[in-house]
Amino acid sequence: MARSMLIISRQSPWAGPSAREALDIVLAGGAFELPLGLLFLDDGVLQLAPMQQAAAVQQKDLTANLQALPLFGIEALYAARRSLDERGLAEASLSLPVEVLGDDALSALINRYDHVITL
Amino acid sequence: MKFVIALYAPAHSPASRRALRFAEAVLAGGHEIVRLFLYQDGVHSASSNIVAAQDEFDVAGQWSQFVQTHSLDGVVCIAAGLRRGVLDEQEARRHGKPAANLAPGWELSGLGQLHEAAQQADRLVCFGGQ
Repeated sequence: MARSMLIISRQSPWAGPSAREALDIVLAGGAFELPLGLLFLDDGVLQLAPMQQAAAVQQKDLTANLQALPLFGIEALYAARRSLDERGLAEASLSLPVEVLGDDALSALINRYDHVITL
Repeated sequence: MKFVIALYAPAHSPASRRALRFAEAVLAGGHEIVRLFLYQDGVHSASSNIVAAQDEFDVAGQWSQFVQTHSLDGVVCIAAGLRRGVLDEQEARRHGKPAANLAPGWELSGLGQLHEAAQQADRLVCFGGQ
């Protein structure tokens, strides 16, 4: 059976290439139809903020790429409730359908995966 | 046990030195390294252009030697490498850059190599993540 991998994305979309590169791991694995999960944690939840204007800081907006994830068969998408709350992001406003998890559910989620990568 | 070791931090970071020491210990313990994978700023650990001061430890140089000595499968993510100026001859030519700086022992390849190795490995051990 294929080994599962959880990618934990912890950086804001404007903090360098980290968010982009975490997403690239997910997309590359999706091409192999591997069992992958993507968790947005800490500043990583800012990738889900609506109405971003990335061009104002000469960056590319990741939103469209994130929204394409379900099309690539990646539907195990999660965000940490505490991270959203701390940054004033309402679940209903997020640009991607994610399962919002509390602290207890987070540790259970991480335990479910064979491999974990945090970027 | 089969290990994949992924490194996300540059040669001057403690994480790069720790990853190297861990890799040495894996082999010394009779285990197997399926692949080393450098991603994000970890690609700098495969640069042959790093000049360590005489009284400093040359981590990038040690990595290159380590990979060659043990004939390891050392992969540098090509997209992350291009973004940070770690190029082999072919990529330098392709993109019209004046020099290649990928250290001996390493090769540029895609992220699929990380997934493929992770499928074979008992443990994926990462250094220098956020």
